[in-house]
Amino acid sequence: VFHVSTSAHLTYISTFDKILIANRGEIACRVIKTCKKMGIQTVAVHSDVDSNAVHVKMADEAVCVGPAPTSKSYLNMDAIMDAIRLTGAQAVHPGYGFLSENKDFAKRLAAVGVTFIGPDTHAIQAMGDKIESKLIAKAAKVNTIPGFDGVVKTAEDAVKIAQQIGYPVMIKASAGGGGKGMRIAWNDEETREGFRFSSQEAASSFGDDRLLIEKYIDNPRHIEIQVLADKHGNVLWLNERECSIQRRNQKVVEEAPSMFLDADTRRVMGEQAVQLAKAVKYSSAGTVEFLVDSKKNFYFLEMNTRLQVEHPVTECITGLDLVEQMIRIAKGYQLQQKQEDIPINGWAIESRVYAEDPFKSFGLPSIGRLSQYQEPLKLSHVRVDSGIEEGSDINIYYDPMISKLVTYGATRAEALARMEDALDNYVIRGVTHNIPLLREIITHPRFVSGDISTNFLPEVYPEGFKGHHLDEDRCRELLASAAALHVTSQLYSHKILGTQRVSSAPMDQNNWELCVELGQELHDIEISKSGNSYIVKVDGGQVEVCGDWNLASPLLPLTINGTCRMLQCLSKESSGNIVLQYMGTLFKVRVLSKLTAKLNSYMPEKVSEDTSSILRSPMPGTVVAMSVKPGDTVADGQEICVIEAMKMQNSLTAVKQAKVKSVHCQPGETVGEGDLLVELE
Amino acid sequence: PFCALTRPLSAIACLLQTNIQSDCRWYSVSHLSVKERIEKKRKAAQMGGGQKRIDAQHQRGKLTARERVELLLDPESFVETDMFVEHRCSDFGMEQDANKFPGDSVVTGRGRINGRLVYVFSQDFTVFGGSLSGAHAQKICKIMDQALTVGAPVIGLNDSGGARIQEGVESLAGYADIFLVHPSDLPHHGSLCILTHLMLCLQDTSYLFITGPDVVKSVTNEDVTQEELGGAKTHTAVSGVAHRAFENDVEALLYLRDFFNFLPLSNQDPAPIRECQDPSDRLVKSLDTVVPFESTKAYDMLDIIHAVLDEGDFFEIMPTYAKNIVVGFARMNGRTVGIVGNQPKVASGCLDINSSVKGARFVRFCDAFNIPIITFVDVPGFLPGTAQEYGGIIRHGAKLLFAFAEATVPKITIITRKAYGGAYDVMSSKHLRGDMNYAWPTAEVAVMGAKGAVQIIFRGKENQAEAEAEYVEKFANPFPAAVRGFVDDIIEPATTRKRICRDLEVLASKKQVNPWKKHANIPL
Repeated sequence: VFHVSTSAHLTYISTFDKILIANRGEIACRVIKTCKKMGIQTVAVHSDVDSNAVHVKMADEAVCVGPAPTSKSYLNMDAIMDAIRLTGAQAVHPGYGFLSENKDFAKRLAAVGVTFIGPDTHAIQAMGDKIESKLIAKAAKVNTIPGFDGVVKTAEDAVKIAQQIGYPVMIKASAGGGGKGMRIAWNDEETREGFRFSSQEAASSFGDDRLLIEKYIDNPRHIEIQVLADKHGNVLWLNERECSIQRRNQKVVEEAPSMFLDADTRRVMGEQAVQLAKAVKYSSAGTVEFLVDSKKNFYFLEMNTRLQVEHPVTECITGLDLVEQMIRIAKGYQLQQKQEDIPINGWAIESRVYAEDPFKSFGLPSIGRLSQYQEPLKLSHVRVDSGIEEGSDINIYYDPMISKLVTYGATRAEALARMEDALDNYVIRGVTHNIPLLREIITHPRFVSGDISTNFLPEVYPEGFKGHHLDEDRCRELLASAAALHVTSQLYSHKILGTQRVSSAPMDQNNWELCVELGQELHDIEISKSGNSYIVKVDGGQVEVCGDWNLASPLLPLTINGTCRMLQCLSKESSGNIVLQYMGTLFKVRVLSKLTAKLNSYMPEKVSEDTSSILRSPMPGTVVAMSVKPGDTVADGQEICVIEAMKMQNSLTAVKQAKVKSVHCQPGETVGEGDLLVELE
Repeated sequence: PFCALTRPLSAIACLLQTNIQSDCRWYSVSHLSVKERIEKKRKAAQMGGGQKRIDAQHQRGKLTARERVELLLDPESFVETDMFVEHRCSDFGMEQDANKFPGDSVVTGRGRINGRLVYVFSQDFTVFGGSLSGAHAQKICKIMDQALTVGAPVIGLNDSGGARIQEGVESLAGYADIFLVHPSDLPHHGSLCILTHLMLCLQDTSYLFITGPDVVKSVTNEDVTQEELGGAKTHTAVSGVAHRAFENDVEALLYLRDFFNFLPLSNQDPAPIRECQDPSDRLVKSLDTVVPFESTKAYDMLDIIHAVLDEGDFFEIMPTYAKNIVVGFARMNGRTVGIVGNQPKVASGCLDINSSVKGARFVRFCDAFNIPIITFVDVPGFLPGTAQEYGGIIRHGAKLLFAFAEATVPKITIITRKAYGGAYDVMSSKHLRGDMNYAWPTAEVAVMGAKGAVQIIFRGKENQAEAEAEYVEKFANPFPAAVRGFVDDIIEPATTRKRICRDLEVLASKKQVNPWKKHANIPL
């Protein structure tokens, strides 16, 4: 099984002396790792706010290419060309995103004799344009989706075309990728709105507002084929990746292989992918994306002419280092492998760990400083690709991905079990993250059985994601763990060293009566201690909780009724409030002695604010449009304003009909999460 | 069940005292045996002002005096004194039986918090609104005297309407007693108060003022509500009278229990050391990147403080007052320490009048109770302006200087970034007898920022930008201070916790005596 840091004993053929990585974050680190392995010097580029970033520290040299906004740094071709000249780098690895599929960049590199580690400009151009790529695919006898093969000019144009194809339709940016600038429309009205949004997003993300429309395939799977091609006409397909679990067209969980494909379908898809690659004289690593319907009909979606985010799962099952292969190919070497050499060894799963709040539309960006951060690397068969460390800042300028967590095993079940463990052992503090959602996905019966589609999330959570639902047993376990933690910490408070003036009486106590509040409910608990274990009587059941009870560690490994469970303690306050992560989800409990609970019942309840009249920013970002002014009347569901964060435009709507009382922000203004935007009457 | 049958001697002592003071009422009920009468009195004392008033107290979202004591102290540790004391007033019908309550309007005694001795008094609002009678004051003074003889702290749980007007002068005598040991303004309603040293209060129900809104209106013609004049928010954010506010009784008492664990029992006792599970040599990697790249950018000093402490457990004092300085208690390798830190997030962390006074008071608290002081410095200077100068920033800034200078407890200082001018001196510098003074690589010890310095040195000259760069090169780094020995070492931020823990171990035996004086003369 592939692992980046091993295989140091191999000697590598000479390729380049020095490579510049025109990217940041985990992918820059990922490329640097392989370069180090191959004995290649590395140059990092970075924006000023990234000067302390991990990829900068890892690289042999680093050059600052501008201020924080990507257009002024990581997309700043002039500055990057200067950095290449300055450092004498012979080749550039673009990673994904940024300049990775920018033909102008590739051309400029070619003009100064620097190798672009990727396909040549012709392939980038041909595949980068969604309209052209479809025509080429059709000609290469690749299955394609019925749709309009041209640029849509106006909203009315879009409606006309949509009607011709038949609803539902997908409106997407011609230059797009990564789900940005994509909207699905089920009727004329949505088509108009989608047209407006997609062209704005396309303009801000890609500097190109051209759109196209195609038939939207309802309930499809997203399965893609990894291809690898050299400059000598040899093309391999490295099996598939199943990337159906998506939210807002962005992938969340990926795996290789797919449970859905049989050997024949896999082969046909692989062969079509190879045909397409050959048709554009492709070289380097690339990905051909397909939509697959329930009858295993597959349709060409697009080809990504770069290294994909989710490439590690392919590496895990094939044993190939794709970055190494890209570097070799760029130098002009022939592929060493033949198609029959490409194995499927076991199963690999990747979870994209994001700094985002999964309780809001399956993930709205959150920002902050990683005050504590521990990757679950002590576990075996776990690979974590990340570009951040404890103390790093996750800011609004860049993608909020924290890491890619990959687990692998001989079987899917094994890989999944390890993923569960890895997620439970992953310590992330300081930002809101999506581990609760990831853990729910990978343990959901539908996911486990392989019954998935790109609509998985909205189908499984029609009301939005609400966190783990505790069944009776798990609930008891949580209550018992919280009670035991509380007692441990109370006893700990008595452990004052070296003074004669402490009475030991309470230390002799072995039984306690507690009351634990979870949600709105109060649970009476009897708990007794012997050694490191507690017997807890709760809700008519009995739970035994053992642990070594280290209150300083964020991880709380417990044995509950004989089963090992990894909990995490996020906070523990004098007031009895404890926040525990259990089954991936955070639960707030309050543990009080029985007496305290009784007295607490006299305390007045805190009045919470009426949120229907107040619109707060659900995430940090920039206000791009304000559609109302004080005195306007808004209808339920009417758009109030649009917030752009991480290049995604989010429309915020009213939840009731009301008059606008006051507006607290203006277009162009930067707002934080929870900032008051608009008040209604 | 709180008290005191387990302590027959003190119970009898109380009884005797009460008998001496009481009138013929005792004889009128003499058909009951003494034993029965004792029982009856005890039961009456437990009920305070009676069930109706207890219910009313609960309805206001408040606990009774006894419930508070029970919550504050370890289970079954309360030993009550003076349960049989009654008031001695005979005017305005107060002499009637119905107006006599055993114990009067305060519950007093001692108990334990996490096994550690504490004396406590808790004013009973259900008896004459917790008002202060002669007997009430006498009870409090008695436990204070006892606490003094054994060297234990006193916690007062105040819930009182003020002096008992019916008693006139006698109640004022009681006032004087309390003022003597309790030099804060007499708290009204529902405030909790740790004697002289710390005052905690409750949101929405604590009010504290010398004169109420009505008197204010009649004297100064100001319209002001109770909450605005002396609510928890006023005293924790504006006046700085209270040290911290809590949501309700229960929360306040639970926090108080944990807070108590930081403090020594008396100024004769060493600061407590608790068993510690957080490794003392833990490297804190996040500190390496906490100071931003641009020296003008703010960061949160609490990020540093939380990261180095045992278990991130920080009990902040006055968190909403003068937020440009952070003070509070914590532990390092189990030892209680006081933390002082400039807060770059608020007003660039500058020192002004309020933050100087807040810091000074805290430093003196620590020094008075043998608690080592850890100071994190990122200070651009004193706040300029007429408001500050007219307000006496020189005098108030000197308080902080004075406090640090006179403190003889272990003092460890870490300069994280800016340490400019006089403010650098003030913040527990080497010049104020700092025991260990460290600088992070990001430290800049200088007279002032480069820009300001260059404007003065090269006034009216050209090439200011060049001169500024030279100034930055020369002074915006830790070397000028390090070569002069003003800092003992330049340390990697990640090792800060390890260093502090190691130093505290060494400094535990520190002995330093200030020259004798009747008392120091801090610039008040």
